[in-house]
Amino acid sequence: MIEVNHLVKRYGDHLAVNDISFTVEKGQIYGFLGPNGAGKSTTMNIITGYIASTEGEIIINGHNILDEPEAAKKSIGYLPEQPPLYFDMTVMEYLKFSAELKKIPKADITRMIDEVMKLVDIEDKQNKLIKNLSKGYKQRVGLAQAILGYPEVIILDEPTVGLDPKQIIEIRDLIKGLSEKHTVILSSHILSEVSAVCDYVLIISDGKLVASDTPDNLSKLASGSNVMDIMVKGNVSKMEQLLQKIEEIDEFNCQISEKDEKIVDISIKTKDSVDIREKIFYLCAQNECPILGMQSKILSLEDVFLELTQNSEEIVEDNVDVEVDMEAEKANQDEEVSK
Amino acid sequence: MKAIYKKELKSYLTSMIGYIFIFFTLVMTGIYFTAYNLQSGYPIFGVTLSAVTFIFLIAVPILTMRVLAEERKQKTDQMLLTAPVSVSDIILGKYLALVTIYCIPTVIIGLYPLIMRMFGTVSLPMSYTALLGFFLLGCADIAIGVFLSSVTESQVIAAVLSFIVLFGCYVISGIASFFSQTAMASVLAFGVLVLLLAVIIYAMTKSSFVASVVGLAGEIIIAVVYMIKSSLFEGAIQKLLEIFNISSHLTTFIDGMLDLTGVVYFLSIVTVFLFLAMQSIVKRRWS
Repeated sequence: MIEVNHLVKRYGDHLAVNDISFTVEKGQIYGFLGPNGAGKSTTMNIITGYIASTEGEIIINGHNILDEPEAAKKSIGYLPEQPPLYFDMTVMEYLKFSAELKKIPKADITRMIDEVMKLVDIEDKQNKLIKNLSKGYKQRVGLAQAILGYPEVIILDEPTVGLDPKQIIEIRDLIKGLSEKHTVILSSHILSEVSAVCDYVLIISDGKLVASDTPDNLSKLASGSNVMDIMVKGNVSKMEQLLQKIEEIDEFNCQISEKDEKIVDISIKTKDSVDIREKIFYLCAQNECPILGMQSKILSLEDVFLELTQNSEEIVEDNVDVEVDMEAEKANQDEEVSK
Repeated sequence: MKAIYKKELKSYLTSMIGYIFIFFTLVMTGIYFTAYNLQSGYPIFGVTLSAVTFIFLIAVPILTMRVLAEERKQKTDQMLLTAPVSVSDIILGKYLALVTIYCIPTVIIGLYPLIMRMFGTVSLPMSYTALLGFFLLGCADIAIGVFLSSVTESQVIAAVLSFIVLFGCYVISGIASFFSQTAMASVLAFGVLVLLLAVIIYAMTKSSFVASVVGLAGEIIIAVVYMIKSSLFEGAIQKLLEIFNISSHLTTFIDGMLDLTGVVYFLSIVTVFLFLAMQSIVKRRWS
């Protein structure tokens, strides 16, 4: 459907997009996830042909966006970060213009506009001037413009920004509905949104693709370990001694609880597959340290995201000699992710 | 292209700008028409038209300032450039819409010779040839305005730039007369121009090698040509500057001659500046 090969975009000395490659399959929702300024919008602008890449190529339905721009653009509907609206037009005029611009056959225009307006629920605003609409409605008009003509790929840059919670849910449902017939790529820096809507997540940080997988796999794999929080009555040094006896534990950290001096908060990290809850229970029981609480933590997509994006931020901030270590660490990480 | 043409035409006719342009053009030509042809009874309509060409200095920047600059500022260019239309269609659609707006006052002005005819003998072919020249001059000026609107995202800057360039073209024959006709003056002027070219090349490519090669080669060629045949340079700078004197080509039309060189000249100006506007948009994608 869409092939992105070794995309690089340079602004002077600044690398906005650094060697991103991925393919997009039909009928799925893809989510671009990344902190602000990670290169999400730039990548989308390149895919849609608004700006050209410094290196690399984009192939949409077999058409290279640079060699056959019109054929390639025909199969894309795009909603940029700021909806491209003409404020002095009414909603109806605007959608008509957009339909003509997309070369939709005259006979279909009215029917299609009606359908799309129903879809994004703006029928009652069709004769209003766009400049008089609220931000949420403007966003919907932009979305209608992107869907119009039912292109095979719909690209949405932060489609839910500025909407109220009810509208966000509506738009998300709409996007899910779209994926039955269309391929959707959306970007967001809101994790819950991506994990709720997308079939596939591409995490971008500092212009690099740091991970790409389904949301479930990402939260499973990137952690690679179990984390458990335990509250035990006792003292720190004793607990440390005890825990060292358990071989399965990779890492642990004991701290006196803030609430009560006699209680120790322990966080334990183990391999993914092992379950040491029983072992800890008996160990503590034998040594007369009552367990007050035990909770295993599941790494959410949020943790994965922070882990992945923070690491690459450190690369930028640190000096060159540190960078080598970080690169090695990142290589490990990539391995983990690709598993 | 049709969609953009229609949208642009509509937006000019629903906002103030189109009407201001039409109003201003009609008021100024109307005043001169009344003074020259009606009150003084002068039978040659072309003279009135040649006297009012200064209106383009103000009317054209007003008309063209927003045509591309505003799209960029409101980010609506994202919609146009990601739609299945080519950049040339976008520019052409917009340009034709502007020319259509300009046709409105031109058609009304076209009635003036008929009014004059009611009171005496007026050569209609001569009047309408003059009007054709006047129309083509406006079209050329609008193309320049479209290009300058494409280089910035501020309407004000676009308008000021258009005014400066059009004003420069308007007074260029005056500037040309400052230079002496001697070969030496032209050689010096060309030398400065070559240096300027080298500086521009350096600013654009950041390559001091290319810039200095171009600069040196240019200067050497000028020096050699001057030594071999200095008569070539006599009045040469005036000839060069005359190329930019857009309104001078109107004179033959005013005299009632359908001047093919004039037509070709105006159409070339239109082509060159629309091409530049296209390039300036395409270039922005790459930087």
